[in-house]
Amino acid sequence: MMNEMFISTMLLTFKLAFVTTVILLILGTCIAYYLSVSRSHVKPLIETIVSMPLVLPPTVLGFYLLVAFSQENFLGRFLQEYFGFRLTFTFGGLVLGSVIFSLPFMVHPIQNGLAALPKSLLEAATTLGKSKINIFFKILLPNIKPSLLTGVVITFAHTIGEFGVVLMIGGNIPQKTRVASLAIYDQVESLNYHEANKYALTLFVISFCVLLLVYIVNKKYFAKGFK
Amino acid sequence: MIHIDIVKPLNLASGLMDLEVNIKIKDGAFIAFYGQSGAGKTTLLRILSGLEIAKKGKIEVGGEVWFNSSTKINKPAQKRGVGFVFQDFALFPNMTVKENLLYALKKGDTKTYVDEVMEVVGLSELHTRYPHQLSGGQKQRVALARAVVCKPKILLLDEPLSALDAQMRSKLQDKLLEIHKLFGMTTVLVSHDVGEIFKLCSDVVWIENGHIKSQGTPKQIFFKHKTSAAFEFIGELLEITQNEMIYILVLHVGHEVIKTIATKDEIVGLNIGDRVRVITKSFHPIIEKL
Repeated sequence: MMNEMFISTMLLTFKLAFVTTVILLILGTCIAYYLSVSRSHVKPLIETIVSMPLVLPPTVLGFYLLVAFSQENFLGRFLQEYFGFRLTFTFGGLVLGSVIFSLPFMVHPIQNGLAALPKSLLEAATTLGKSKINIFFKILLPNIKPSLLTGVVITFAHTIGEFGVVLMIGGNIPQKTRVASLAIYDQVESLNYHEANKYALTLFVISFCVLLLVYIVNKKYFAKGFK
Repeated sequence: MIHIDIVKPLNLASGLMDLEVNIKIKDGAFIAFYGQSGAGKTTLLRILSGLEIAKKGKIEVGGEVWFNSSTKINKPAQKRGVGFVFQDFALFPNMTVKENLLYALKKGDTKTYVDEVMEVVGLSELHTRYPHQLSGGQKQRVALARAVVCKPKILLLDEPLSALDAQMRSKLQDKLLEIHKLFGMTTVLVSHDVGEIFKLCSDVVWIENGHIKSQGTPKQIFFKHKTSAAFEFIGELLEITQNEMIYILVLHVGHEVIKTIATKDEIVGLNIGDRVRVITKSFHPIIEKL
């Protein structure tokens, strides 16, 4: 029984991290591209919003999400009535919270990667008659692979490690919104140290291996002379 | 015929200034934009390619309007069909030499054309290499081949050889001449190397502080005086020392430091650091092949 619970919690944790990472890879790449080419006045505003989760306590974000999507509120009621979406105590709510909270971890590496590419690459492709979309997929993205990899892995690992937002929004419901980080807290609360250690060690080992892999791959990539 | 008549404000280290140029370039010409760094040569090249937009004026190429500020026409860089060779080569690091060229190939052109161009610039052996596996000269040849492969009407070269050593320069200058003869496209070279311009170009536009200083064949521009037996160099005065009745001057001319003698009258008004003209005419120079 305990083992089944462990497996389902871990699966839920990885499902959340996976879904969050996939959504953020697309969303984060678009935002990073916009930020790297934009000269607009609203750029600093968008950069600030993207970076806010880095400095805010997760509880602040969780609190405002709860308020915004509350049934007392127009937005919450609207989503509930027309789309059947509820933020609180649902997996969808967890994904939304995680996407917002992990946004800088995806956007920043990709934005830096794009900024570090020589401008002449883009210009050369332009004089060769290539469209912006073609240049984006054929030139820009393939040349920032290390940044994309860094973004994906850090986002994935960060989502696995997220605690505050998922606690506030998800409410720690077994097999529904209880992810590994919450399970550890739960087990420690009930003085079940052996079980807590199972979760903790699993998270520790996975995070360690994932980060090690990124650094090894990136080192190889740079050794090949790509910049 | 290319007709460029544009104004563009430039923001330089030396302050604000207008790039104001009106030139005509004959079809098939090999022309140089010559001048000091920051004179506006590269900007002019970028305006012609569409990478930058002029504030006012017009650009006409072969009777077609590429840019006209009063009728708000601006043909985008993608559609101008110019070949641009960048100072930093701008090779795509994720592609091999051949892939770089294939990417540039226009739709409908056969892939064997890429092989032909690689043969001309001598890249056939290197076609599976990535840019980071190439030397500076090889990279330059790839950049050149890539610009040529899309059959541009105009080839624009932004100081393409400045990063290379003298020997490689000379070799690639020959290559440029060969390519110009073979494909016959109008070629514009940005350069501040007089030797290079003499070797390659039929015409020169000398740009200084955003304006055209003079324009003509390299001979007209760089031989200010009628050719005579006199040799004339510009140098910098490094040192004056007195030795009994005469003075010894140390001068920096070209890449050499030379010593020469002068009388007391001749050094009047000369200071260390002055730019000076050195003229020798009393003897026949000896020229030896190196």
